[in-house]
Amino acid sequence: MDTPTTYFHWGFILISTPNLLVIAGMVVLFAIALVAPFPHAEADDDGRRN
Amino acid sequence: MAVATSVESAGSSQPESASWTLKLRQAIDRHLPMDHLLPDRQPYFVGSWVYVFGVVTIAALVWVVVSGVVLTFMGPQWWHVSGVGRFFNSLHFWSVQLFFIFMVLHLWGQYFMAGWRHGRAATWMIGVVIFGISVLTAFTGYLSQQNFDAQFIAINAKDAMNGAGIGVFFNVLNFGQMYGLHVMLLPIGVTALVVAHIVMVRTRGVVKPIDAEGGAQS
Amino acid sequence: MKSMGATQEEYYRGVRMIRYDLVKELAIALGAAGLLGLVLAAAFSSPDVPQVTIATWAQSDPLDFVTTAADELAGSTTSAGYGNPYNTAGEGQSWGPIGPQKWFGTRIPIDSANAFVIQPLQRASFSNANLASALKTWQDSDADQQGKWLDAYSKALPDATVTDGNVAVVAGDYGPLPVMMANLLGIAQAGALDGLLVSGGHFYQTDYTQPLLFMGDGGYLSGLADQAHLTGSQWGMMNETGSYPGQTWLWLYTMWYQVFPFTSDDGFLGLNAGNADLGIIILMTLLTTALALVPFIPGLRDVPRWLPIHRLIWRRYYAPRRSSASRIEAPQL
Repeated sequence: MDTPTTYFHWGFILISTPNLLVIAGMVVLFAIALVAPFPHAEADDDGRRN
Repeated sequence: MAVATSVESAGSSQPESASWTLKLRQAIDRHLPMDHLLPDRQPYFVGSWVYVFGVVTIAALVWVVVSGVVLTFMGPQWWHVSGVGRFFNSLHFWSVQLFFIFMVLHLWGQYFMAGWRHGRAATWMIGVVIFGISVLTAFTGYLSQQNFDAQFIAINAKDAMNGAGIGVFFNVLNFGQMYGLHVMLLPIGVTALVVAHIVMVRTRGVVKPIDAEGGAQS
Repeated sequence: MKSMGATQEEYYRGVRMIRYDLVKELAIALGAAGLLGLVLAAAFSSPDVPQVTIATWAQSDPLDFVTTAADELAGSTTSAGYGNPYNTAGEGQSWGPIGPQKWFGTRIPIDSANAFVIQPLQRASFSNANLASALKTWQDSDADQQGKWLDAYSKALPDATVTDGNVAVVAGDYGPLPVMMANLLGIAQAGALDGLLVSGGHFYQTDYTQPLLFMGDGGYLSGLADQAHLTGSQWGMMNETGSYPGQTWLWLYTMWYQVFPFTSDDGFLGLNAGNADLGIIILMTLLTTALALVPFIPGLRDVPRWLPIHRLIWRRYYAPRRSSASRIEAPQL
């Protein structure tokens, strides 16, 4: 991990592989959180209302 | 509630407004009763992983603080010379990365849910302040590393601070000042504001879905 | 705003409530975040490129060290011409009437030539008659003479030869400079200058303003930083040494340094490369304030309603009414 990493250069953008991975990972994680089903036990819902 | 009633009636022998203690307790009871602070039920629409980002941010912050306390206890040079120290520094480093990742995901989530609706604007605003102070805390942490990275960040950042006139009060080249801020004042600030943020969330409860009652700004 | 002052009971009236264990969720989150942190720490450790000392600088690149020291005497380094808060040699940054760098004055006074070269040599001249006499010659000469020596010496330095850590220039009229520089280089290589620059008459030290400014004036440290992609024009603030992620959360702040008008000498509305630090701090302050005020800014606060992302998050709520399944019946909010 102490060896220099690769940098990507597009126009004025210059970004390292680890930084790119972090940002891409965040976008992916957010997308997964949006679509992944959230576990809810049927028993949690006893039909009670406030 | 029965207890509160009996205490109130016991105190009614004197004018109610006389006791500041009583007034404070009644205010707390009114705004944040225990069943709001630690509710065992949530509205049925709370059912998405997006809701989980906030609690994971808090969990990461706990680990940041725990590893930071160990590093502080042993002193700023320990982690350069000890394998155990290096491990705690690594735990600190990665916990900070996780803290920021989940804090930003939480921010995205709250933005897309327009979580500031129905009287929750102050909660959002304190969240933004927490983000800002966290950036400053991380920055002073990078300056406190006592390695090459810290040296060049200090040399590079002094121009920004001096250009804005802040460098006079906030000298990034002064290790003692940066270290003190990093291990004491700034973490206390972040933690206190996070507690306030959570209390505000629990006081009002989670916001209803958009258009449950008109527009996003209602 | 009708829900503003409502209690939670009123706010949630008629909403179906389900069991939800917040404390269990926090406990699981603590375990998961801790486990993830432990795995990452064990697998990847953390970045720790050793610090550069003035000694390693003088040993690794003696010519850069001597050139920087000569430039300090000539007053041509970054720190010598910086302005506030270190000295009055530079204008400092301003944007129209906004010039906080000037407002707060010279609060951390540093005279680069004296602090980095003359004073350390004076301390080292004890029991070194050769250096003491060279220093006396220097100090007894007028600025005009000093300037001529420095000029000649600086012109000879690019062709200097380095042997065994010593810097030699071709013969010329440099006055006492070669003796002074050879001694300063020797003190630095031995590690004594590291101590002299932080001492300031105190026993305990926590302030590294002087040695960091001196090293920042040289080309050695910034050369290393350039290799590690840490400089300002390389988005350096969000980068980290080695293959580690850096302060990615500074991406927006760092980005402004790479774009117009902060890269341009002419700039726009008085904002340019010359006052980029001030301009970007002002811009980021405004943007952060805007982020905090999103709940009140028309347009910005409406975007979430226009984008259907919230329909994914609350898909249970927006799910079409199904009369047979009472569990997902339409709510009566």
